[in-house]
Amino acid sequence: MIRPHRSHSLWYAFLLHRLSGIGLALFLPIHFYMLALALTDPAQLDGFLAFTDLLIVKCAEFGLVFLLAVHMFGGLRLMALEFLPWSPRQKTYAATAVALAFFISTSFFLQAM
Amino acid sequence: MLTLRLYMAQRLTALIMAPLTIGHLAVMIYAVQGGLSVAEILARTQGSLAWFLFYGSFVLAVSVHAAIGIRVILYEWLGVKGVMLAGLSWSLCALLLGLGGRAVWAVTFAGAGA
Amino acid sequence: MSGSEQFLDVSIWREQDGDGHFQQFAVPRRDNQTILDVVAWVQQQRDPTLSYRFACRVGMCGSCAMMVNGAPRWTCRTHVQKVAEDNHLQIAPLRNLPVIKDLAVDMDPFFDKWVAADAVFEPSQTRHDPMAPIDPQDPMRVAASEAIECINCAVCYAACDVVAANPDYLGPAALNRSWSLLNDSRDAGQAERLKAVSGEGGCHNCHAQQSCARYCPNELNPTVSISGLKRATAKSVFSWGK
Repeated sequence: MIRPHRSHSLWYAFLLHRLSGIGLALFLPIHFYMLALALTDPAQLDGFLAFTDLLIVKCAEFGLVFLLAVHMFGGLRLMALEFLPWSPRQKTYAATAVALAFFISTSFFLQAM
Repeated sequence: MLTLRLYMAQRLTALIMAPLTIGHLAVMIYAVQGGLSVAEILARTQGSLAWFLFYGSFVLAVSVHAAIGIRVILYEWLGVKGVMLAGLSWSLCALLLGLGGRAVWAVTFAGAGA
Repeated sequence: MSGSEQFLDVSIWREQDGDGHFQQFAVPRRDNQTILDVVAWVQQQRDPTLSYRFACRVGMCGSCAMMVNGAPRWTCRTHVQKVAEDNHLQIAPLRNLPVIKDLAVDMDPFFDKWVAADAVFEPSQTRHDPMAPIDPQDPMRVAASEAIECINCAVCYAACDVVAANPDYLGPAALNRSWSLLNDSRDAGQAERLKAVSGEGGCHNCHAQQSCARYCPNELNPTVSISGLKRATAKSVFSWGK
């Protein structure tokens, strides 16, 4: 899958953007369904929210927040690449996007603890 | 595959969502402190036109954005084409619109006063 | 064939009538040896039926590109020392193009896309008009200059995953040429050009993986050109009313 011509950081940035997008698209229907329980079955939603107190679920949430943040920062990087004057620092921007996403998801994780 | 029209829809929805996502991330980091509960969520959102517009436009934009993105991936990685590709993309758009709209309605104006 | 230090372990793709496999050769190692030297040695010393394409041998003609250890390279200017892994070389025909025989690919789909991308100069004047003055400092001319040193070797086309996934995609080289013409003030076909790069296989399919820029032997950056086309076509959406 990772063939020699792909082993460079901007190709990995593409892969991360694509995989995070797929992850979010799969997560969203579940997210929406759970939220709608606030109307139809609040007790069940409260039960689920209590379940999110488990450490393992918090780790999964950390992952979801990371996916959202990295997809957003990665997307901003792509739109800057397309619509702003070209910068030769593409790898730096890709790394910055990942770093910011990691920072935000870690902040979330620490607040959730 | 991605024509100018789909590309513009993809980028415009992305631009709309960038500030919404930052807002959503901030709310999450704030709200998750001390755990979440239905009462706490509803206290924030119920009857609020601002939250309805915030999350309503988020749902509209993400339905279009995700459908176009998944359409490209279905084509490039799984070789889905033609009617099947159009059908799956539109279905995802409709699913996200339907479930997302219902969720936004549930936490804002549905059962107001409850 | 003892003393593996002096010999390269080379596998070369052999294909005829759609039936292909790698064949092993032990090739004497030389100082400053290029990949093209290796292929030529095999053809001259071991198997005269080996087919491959080259012409200038000095990095100008763009004929000799091949996949070397999985990455596209201009073989006449790629030193064995730079790309050999543990004395091993795997040499295959360029990716994303149909093989004619062995290492020679059919370049027709590649050049057909140059035409499809309207990467062809459309004159706005005739030979009877005076010479058009072009200021070398003009921003459009500067943008065109950055994109014009392409030697049509198809290394970028072979490096591109979007080309591999989407047979309609025009590819980095054709779009790069389209962009250089879009910045040519003498060209009269800009509206058609923007339309040509906006279809099912147009510039908007680029995912900015930037493998084209990474492997371009002349250090051009087709991603910059494709981004320019994306901007120009997006701008044209908002100027329809004008």
